[in-house]
Amino acid sequence: MSEKEIKKISGLEDLVKISEKLKSLMEGKTVISICSGTGCKAYSSDDVHGKIVEELQKKIKESKTNADNIVIKKTGCHGYCERGPIMVIHPGQTCYLGVKPEDAPDIVESAINEKVVEKLLYKDENGSSIEKENDIPFYKHQQRIIFDCNAKIDPYSIDDYIMIGGYQALAKALKEMPPDKVLSEVKKSNLRGRGGGGFATGLKWETTKNAAGDTKYVIVNADEGDPGAYMDRSILEGNPHSVLEGLIIAAYTIGANHGYIYVRQEYPFAVKSIENAIENAREYGLLGKNIMNSGFDFDVKVHRGAGAFVSGESSALMAAVEGNVGEPRLKYIHTAVSGLWSKPTNLNNVETYANIPHIINNGAEWFRSTGTPGSSGTKIFSLVGKVNNTGLVEVPMGVTLRDIIYKIGGGIKGGKKFKAVQTGGPSGGVIPEALLDLPVDFDELYKAGSMMGSGGMIVMDESDCMVNVAHYFIKFLADESCGKCVPCREGLRQLLYIYERIINGQGQVEDLKLLEDLCILLENASLCALGGTAQNIVVTTLKYFRQEYGAHIYYKACPAMVCKPLIRYEISSDKCSGCTRCVKVCPVDAISGKPKEAHAIDQSLCIKCGACMEECPEKYSAIAKSTGIFEYEKEKEAVFADKGQ
Amino acid sequence: MQISDLPKYPLSQDEITVINEVIKKYRDKKGALIPVLQEIQKNIGFLPVEVQKKIAAELNIAEKEVYGVATFYSFFSMIPRGKNDIRVCLGTACFVKGGKKIADKIQKELGIKPGQTTLDRKYSLQVNRCVGACGLAPIIIINDKIYQKVKTEEVMDIIYSYNK
Ligand SMILES: Cc1cc2nc3c(=O)[nH]c(=O)nc-3n(C[C@H](O)[C@H](O)[C@H](O)COP(=O)(O)O)c2cc1C
Ligand code: FES
Ligand code: FES
Repeated sequence: MSEKEIKKISGLEDLVKISEKLKSLMEGKTVISICSGTGCKAYSSDDVHGKIVEELQKKIKESKTNADNIVIKKTGCHGYCERGPIMVIHPGQTCYLGVKPEDAPDIVESAINEKVVEKLLYKDENGSSIEKENDIPFYKHQQRIIFDCNAKIDPYSIDDYIMIGGYQALAKALKEMPPDKVLSEVKKSNLRGRGGGGFATGLKWETTKNAAGDTKYVIVNADEGDPGAYMDRSILEGNPHSVLEGLIIAAYTIGANHGYIYVRQEYPFAVKSIENAIENAREYGLLGKNIMNSGFDFDVKVHRGAGAFVSGESSALMAAVEGNVGEPRLKYIHTAVSGLWSKPTNLNNVETYANIPHIINNGAEWFRSTGTPGSSGTKIFSLVGKVNNTGLVEVPMGVTLRDIIYKIGGGIKGGKKFKAVQTGGPSGGVIPEALLDLPVDFDELYKAGSMMGSGGMIVMDESDCMVNVAHYFIKFLADESCGKCVPCREGLRQLLYIYERIINGQGQVEDLKLLEDLCILLENASLCALGGTAQNIVVTTLKYFRQEYGAHIYYKACPAMVCKPLIRYEISSDKCSGCTRCVKVCPVDAISGKPKEAHAIDQSLCIKCGACMEECPEKYSAIAKSTGIFEYEKEKEAVFADKGQ
Repeated sequence: MQISDLPKYPLSQDEITVINEVIKKYRDKKGALIPVLQEIQKNIGFLPVEVQKKIAAELNIAEKEVYGVATFYSFFSMIPRGKNDIRVCLGTACFVKGGKKIADKIQKELGIKPGQTTLDRKYSLQVNRCVGACGLAPIIIINDKIYQKVKTEEVMDIIYSYNK
């Protein structure tokens, strides 16, 4: 709509009318939607976009038939970031991967002539092309409810959102459903919080709704502290109005007139996108006083978080919004009853809110028809690490890890062997191969010792060392502990010392027991869940990969050959031709040897950087990397031989 | 870190002129310390110890007080940002895809640790938590340009391409 036409929207009828009108304007048009998410941006998708716009303008100038029927859209993340820049041509759903600026003429030309650019299509293992987005294996096994709209709308256009039915759930709630009815629908839907613990959303809303006091708040948690997960940012960047709509419905249900969106500072595009959405919603009368003539007032502010992991915790986040240091407090009284400025406050994750409009539009029954009895709906995961297809995937709850990793993720990169998948971010744990058929929902992951968390899923292969991975997370948590409570601050520091000892080859027999004891302490005595869940990574790696700890401690060996102090590089005097290339490349001059004589590495000087091995010409391959593992294997054999096995 | 451990970054003539002007502007004013530090930080990007000493002498304030203020607020820094600011992501996704190796390589080649800047102020190095492009790990960012799926062997070529 042009600026002059902007008027406050008065209700469902208005929305439907606008939606119909916008749809009819789009009738017969071909839409080229170009992903402009962070991943595709890193692949220069903005250049691609620029080139396509240029190319189309050229065609329009040449008055090429059909050229004015093409619409170009810049959208948020489509999910398949691995193969960016991604482009989808609607209505045919033709999906192009790895598009380059120089492909622009072909793309525009074939869009005009309703043809496809064969070379940009997905190729399956037999080399045949797959044209439609939903037929590509990465997408085929997903069920995208929340994420589906990302590829269809321009996140900076509220009209686009309204065109696909946006804000109709809000209109319906305000006009037809008293707050109690909305609440009972959300309760019936069995929606559980997507931000961490999977707490029942309806119950949470009810607590805040029933809490005493007139002033109440609603907050969106877009802190996304899990390093390795990026779905919340991608929803905010790709479809900000869906979160806003969910938030307004929550506010209406609970009786809150003010809201906050807490976004981390490091996400400038997400901040920009949601700020723009708020402004547009205000212009349309979807925020502010008397929303759609319902008598309900609500407005919202964006708060930029300064990026500390602990600030994602509910009480810490509220302290930060108040302008204090973002540290948690003891929660004798829940934030739902006494939160922001000691008023009843409802906090939910980005994805939780984004589910609300769908539940109101389609009903609780519909929502529950997807997923498992205990965990309804879908969940978006950030599938990253050593899988072939990395990206954001949305699946119904209850799908197995194996399906996610192999069917959607296309298996392990480089034909290596799967070792473990880490879920739940720093609060979660690792899951080994034996549990790959685990259906993924809140309860099953919890039983396996891990967590759903916000949906991080980091796949690791045989070349990853589990002790090193646990060390990484413990270091992260020790750095991020706010230091307010002793068990977490000191407990994590002690855990870190022990891990450093083990990966440095100084692990002691008692260390495993010490780790376990510290875990019990952390779990039971920490002030907040940062310390309380820190043990998950330790306990799960110990439970599923105890042998690997044993190798480090007893045999000073790192089986995955990752922990530097436990590996060594050696030159085989038989194979070495004395070319001196390694001598020159060694940064610490640890390699001795004259030309044409076999070289040798002084182990006391070697810093295990591996430069020599990379440099050694392939025809000689004279340098080998090893660890105590060989002694370990030998000894293991000897022990078994002794026992006559 | 000890003050004596801080490398000395040479200042250009222009920068020295700016510093002198700022100090002159505030010399006889009350409560001048923070504004002076702010203005110098804004103009030259950091507050070297020698400059702090000079401020102390000219404003007639104890050196330790200047140092105290300069180290309390995180806005002030005693190390300049390099002309090319390199950030290596060490979020989990990048970590398992070899981000650590990349950080090690850069450290070795440039001879600086995370948080430091080369003496010619051409490069500074930082390590980051997730930057939200995990699908394309490992990630490095140079002056806001994101590089994806960086290989250890290539990283120095990328960095040195800024050396023009
Ligand atoms: C240390 C810590 C960090 C957290 N970080 C986040 C976060 O980044 N995003 C988030 O949505 N929830 C985070 N949570 C969970 C929140 O405390 C809270 O449970 C959640 O936002 C509630 O939303 P939900 O009910 O919709 O899941 C964190 C919790 C802890 C203990
Ligand atoms: S950023 Fe383009 S697909 Fe994710
Ligand atoms: S972990 Fe590096 S971008 Fe997310």
